[in-house]
Amino acid sequence: MSIPLTKKDFVSDQEVRWCPGCGDYAILSQVQKLFPEFGIKKENFLVVSGIGCSSRFPYYMNTYGFHSIHGRAPALAAGAKITNPNLSVWVITGDGDAMAIGGNHFIHLLRRNFDINILMFNNRIYGLTKGQYSPTSEPGKKTKSSPMGSLDYPFNPPSLALGAGATFVARSLDREQKHLHGVLQKAYEHKGTSYVEIYQNCNIFNNGAFSDLTERETKMETQLQLDHGQPMIFGKDKNKGLRLNGSQFEIIDIGSQFSKDDILVHNKKDKNLALLLSDLTYQPEFPKPLGVFYEELKPTYEELLINQIDNAKVNMPTANFDELIRSSHTWEIK
Amino acid sequence: MTQVKKQSEELDLVTIRFAGDSGDGMQLTGNQFTENSAIFGNDISTFPDFPAEIRAPAGSLAGVSSFQLQFSSKDIHTPGDILDVLVAMNPAALKVHLQDLKENGMLLVNTANYTPKNLKLAGYEQNPLEDGSLKAYRLIQVDMNKLVITIAKGIDLKPKIVTRSTNMFALGILFWLYEREPDSTIKFLNEKFAKKPEIVEVNTRALKAGINYGETVEIIRTTFRVPKATLKKGLYRNIMGNQATAYGVLAAAQKSGLEVFYGGYPITPASDVLHYLSAYKHFGVKTFQAEDEIAGIMSTIGASFAGDLAITATSGPGVALKTEAIGLATITELPLVIINVQRGGPSTGLPTKTEQSDLLQAMFSRNGDAPNPIIAPYSPGDCYYAAFEACRIALKYMMPVFLLTDGYLANGSEPWLIPSLSDMPEIPTRKVTNPNGFQPYTHDKDTLARDWAVPGTEGMEHRVGGLEKSDGDGNVCYDPMNHDQMTRLRHDKVEVIANDIESAVPFGEESGQLLILGWGSTYGAIRSAVELAIEEGLSVSHLHLRHINPFPANLGDVLLKFQKVIIPELNMGQLSMLIRSKYLVDAIAFNKIQGKPFTLHEIYNKIKELVEG
Ligand SMILES: Cc1ncc(C[n+]2csc(CCOP(=O)(O)OP(=O)(O)O)c2C)c(N)n1
Ligand code: SF4
Ligand SMILES: [Mg+2]
Repeated sequence: MSIPLTKKDFVSDQEVRWCPGCGDYAILSQVQKLFPEFGIKKENFLVVSGIGCSSRFPYYMNTYGFHSIHGRAPALAAGAKITNPNLSVWVITGDGDAMAIGGNHFIHLLRRNFDINILMFNNRIYGLTKGQYSPTSEPGKKTKSSPMGSLDYPFNPPSLALGAGATFVARSLDREQKHLHGVLQKAYEHKGTSYVEIYQNCNIFNNGAFSDLTERETKMETQLQLDHGQPMIFGKDKNKGLRLNGSQFEIIDIGSQFSKDDILVHNKKDKNLALLLSDLTYQPEFPKPLGVFYEELKPTYEELLINQIDNAKVNMPTANFDELIRSSHTWEIK
Repeated sequence: MTQVKKQSEELDLVTIRFAGDSGDGMQLTGNQFTENSAIFGNDISTFPDFPAEIRAPAGSLAGVSSFQLQFSSKDIHTPGDILDVLVAMNPAALKVHLQDLKENGMLLVNTANYTPKNLKLAGYEQNPLEDGSLKAYRLIQVDMNKLVITIAKGIDLKPKIVTRSTNMFALGILFWLYEREPDSTIKFLNEKFAKKPEIVEVNTRALKAGINYGETVEIIRTTFRVPKATLKKGLYRNIMGNQATAYGVLAAAQKSGLEVFYGGYPITPASDVLHYLSAYKHFGVKTFQAEDEIAGIMSTIGASFAGDLAITATSGPGVALKTEAIGLATITELPLVIINVQRGGPSTGLPTKTEQSDLLQAMFSRNGDAPNPIIAPYSPGDCYYAAFEACRIALKYMMPVFLLTDGYLANGSEPWLIPSLSDMPEIPTRKVTNPNGFQPYTHDKDTLARDWAVPGTEGMEHRVGGLEKSDGDGNVCYDPMNHDQMTRLRHDKVEVIANDIESAVPFGEESGQLLILGWGSTYGAIRSAVELAIEEGLSVSHLHLRHINPFPANLGDVLLKFQKVIIPELNMGQLSMLIRSKYLVDAIAFNKIQGKPFTLHEIYNKIKELVEG
């Protein structure tokens, strides 16, 4: 038996170069802490990224890593996973990387259901290029490239992922270390593509984008913890909850009129519910769902591929190259 | 009808072309004649030409599909220029192709399709079959529809289906004309339509009816024999370029002990490479049809990093999309083969037509100084060897390599002396498993290649990426001198390959008045023209480049031995530009940009003009 790995084993010798106070540090630390818990050998991790502040991540992980080009990490990850299905593959991406330039690869990776984990650091801004609005920035956002306010309507990331056929959709926060740890653990355990949106503070170009959700004074009112089989209760006094009125959520107070039993119980296997929950992302009067929105089990791409190859090996003629190239009409010149 | 007495004559070279509407089955017919000639033992060369639209309006000029074949008792390199026989199944086919038929050549038409509507679609004001404009040809007019409907009596098929066998009728006439047995086609029909016996029956009857027709019709008084060619001894098959390319890749996998990973997105005329490879799952070949060309190449970069023999194939527009990723593969020094089956450009251009206009794209399209080796096959069968060579270079030198084929090679075919895997060299890879002293960016003294430590290998965890890397440890490095050094290293890595490839040896004299320098699919036309010119005593030699980046080490010396150098290309002078700038030679560009290959006579006439003029 080899000595169990620790967090230290996953820290590379490269100096971390994010701005002091950047939310990326906390996520890095959580991932470095988590990896040794899986019992996987260090050489079997592959961390892949695109371009962006967030995408510097692989350099800081002492695993195999690939810092690729803007938006294209999902495709690179797919190729590596096909070549070596034993690898535990992690795609690190940003809101620009995954939803703007890489939108196409992002949705196609989800629909194919490789057993790959995507961690999208959503800071609702382009960090690396110094602060332009991103596909997740709020309408009207004033940035260097939108001095009069952005005209774009944003993507709603979990809805996009669900629409693309994702089999695991979750959300967490850089500041909630324990929560993040738990969500990443579940993402790892899910066999299939796991998509985790991580709200991440860019303290330089979009400071406080999620402060409602992270500040002690407000967070109990603004966070909605999703736990499979548990009622959707929130609030400082745990006295509020969600229930469905037709196909719309409404907030009810537990007390005289309603009891805990009136509150909707989360079911991560219900895709319609997951879609309704993700719709709360931009509704100011509702708390924001965190945790696992949705999980579905179906065969992964690489399982299906391995199956096809195995079948071909059994059902096709023996793989003899010389025979193959002689298998059409041949003639002899004497 | 009474039997006419026929004579038999021997010929050494014949060129025929089947042309008709896309729905007339001309490709199939041409392939059947090809197969028959190949089995008979002729040397052959083919040129299929398809319309760009899958369903161009029936009868329109845009919908004409053709298949040209030259067969010979001699060694030939081209599908021929001037036609001995033209089969024109409809007026549009006649309109497009008549110009290539020689005087007194045979013209076979299906009169049933020469309707006022079709004539108008083809732009004929009057019916050329009736206005005397075809006097210069030996015209054979047959209402093939009527004949096949007659012979199909008793078979329960709609007339519309029955008339689809007119191509077999035409094939039958040509079989008769060239004294061929129809067995291989009958066998083919039985296999292809095994589940539809009526279709087999009607096509077989049509084929035989064509043969009988030839026997009885007055106008064919002579039939022809083209004896077997004296090809090198051995076992042969017919092969098309894309198929050979796929085989070359597979052979390289066998010889390197790797598995093939192919990532790509369909595009004409490259899709067949994907189609072929996807059928070799039992060889462990993994094909990934990605969402676009960018994902196609990115997946191969992931596969290459993880240790597979990584391949992507596309055409020019696809290479344009892959360009940023090719730069990534260049800076991460990963082995990868990018196959560009070139077609007419720019933009969507002429998707089904051939061109050589992506050479400078392969040379220069990346941002930054990012040279990549370029290899080009010269015939359909040579695609096998060139693809193998591209894999060998990629794996030995750890870098992306371009293989430039084209539509003409991809879909053209020729008899192929089937190689044995044991004749191909082993391809050692740079895979390493010993972590002692391992550094990801340490470079071999001779090849300048780095080592290949793939994920899953213990103790060799490392990171690569698109940011400049420090020579040795491979960490991100912005040091000016390191960038200078790494840029030169990437340049030199390509240059050192010149020591590892064949030197340039011209065909013909080693020095003289004129050298024709070519690359890629122009080989056949150039070589045939040069052979003809040498026979006539002209001082001309031919050099054909397989390696374009780097050039063979002695190329400069060879060029200096000739008074004039001419470079025929199917582009505006791309190799010319490279040769002129590298060797300061006043090379003459000879360009054709019509989506069609050079003909032997175009090259030949140019030779005469330059040598005699
Ligand atoms: C092809 C290409 N286009 C543009 C850029 C410039 N660029 C780098 S990162 C980036 C946006 C990154 O935003 P995001 O993905 O949200 O990452 P963050 O920096 O916020 O973590 C842009 C536009 C690039 N590197 N490559
Ligand atoms: S710019 Fe923003 S996202 Fe980038 S490192 Fe700085 S704080 Fe982090
Ligand atoms: Mg961002």
